[in-house]
Amino acid sequence: MARIAGVDLPMEKRVEAALTYIYGIGFTTSKKILKEAGVDPDTRVNKLTDSDVAKIRSIIDANYKVEGALRSEVTMNIKRLMDIGCYRGFRHRRGATVRGQRTRTNARTRKGKKKTIAGKRRA
Amino acid sequence: MGRSVKKGPFVDGKLLAKIETLNKANTKKVIKTWARRSTVPPEFVGHTIAVHNGKKFIPVFITENMVGHKLGEFSPTRIFRGHGGRKVDRAVSVS
Repeated sequence: MARIAGVDLPMEKRVEAALTYIYGIGFTTSKKILKEAGVDPDTRVNKLTDSDVAKIRSIIDANYKVEGALRSEVTMNIKRLMDIGCYRGFRHRRGATVRGQRTRTNARTRKGKKKTIAGKRRA
Repeated sequence: MGRSVKKGPFVDGKLLAKIETLNKANTKKVIKTWARRSTVPPEFVGHTIAVHNGKKFIPVFITENMVGHKLGEFSPTRIFRGHGGRKVDRAVSVS
């Protein structure tokens, strides 16, 4: 069982890809970690030796902020913006785009599913 | 994207000078300013600055968390009162 940072890695995948299942680790970071650990990125997770896993784990623990800690940092950053009453904070509060994107159309990821306004279209 | 590090943050000179005299005298006074583009340097902390929003001056009390932001970010220029007529006020004004 390869369990790193509280996440079960998928056994059948290449380590390089498997590490990206951890929140806060993408492909770039994954490659960097494996290079540092001296593990071939093409090996499957179930073929990893225990010492490899231990090495990867210690590198992640020492150098990267992942999972819970990272999530709470992000939330704290957003909370800070909301608390100081700045423009970006307002936008977060309303669930609108924060970085100046248009909201006339699109922006559905932030605004959520379309809310149709009754009676807008003429009969 | 960002501004060159070499230049350092932009702080409105006149405003900074005013604040500094206040700091020296150890007094607090509301300062009106139009310099929305000015970054908030650590010197401003604890002062109240009235930032123009195009119509009136919004008093902003500067806290430590605000350092590094621009003054204009704290003085909204638009008020969104919501769409539609009959809808029971789901409009929450920004403030």
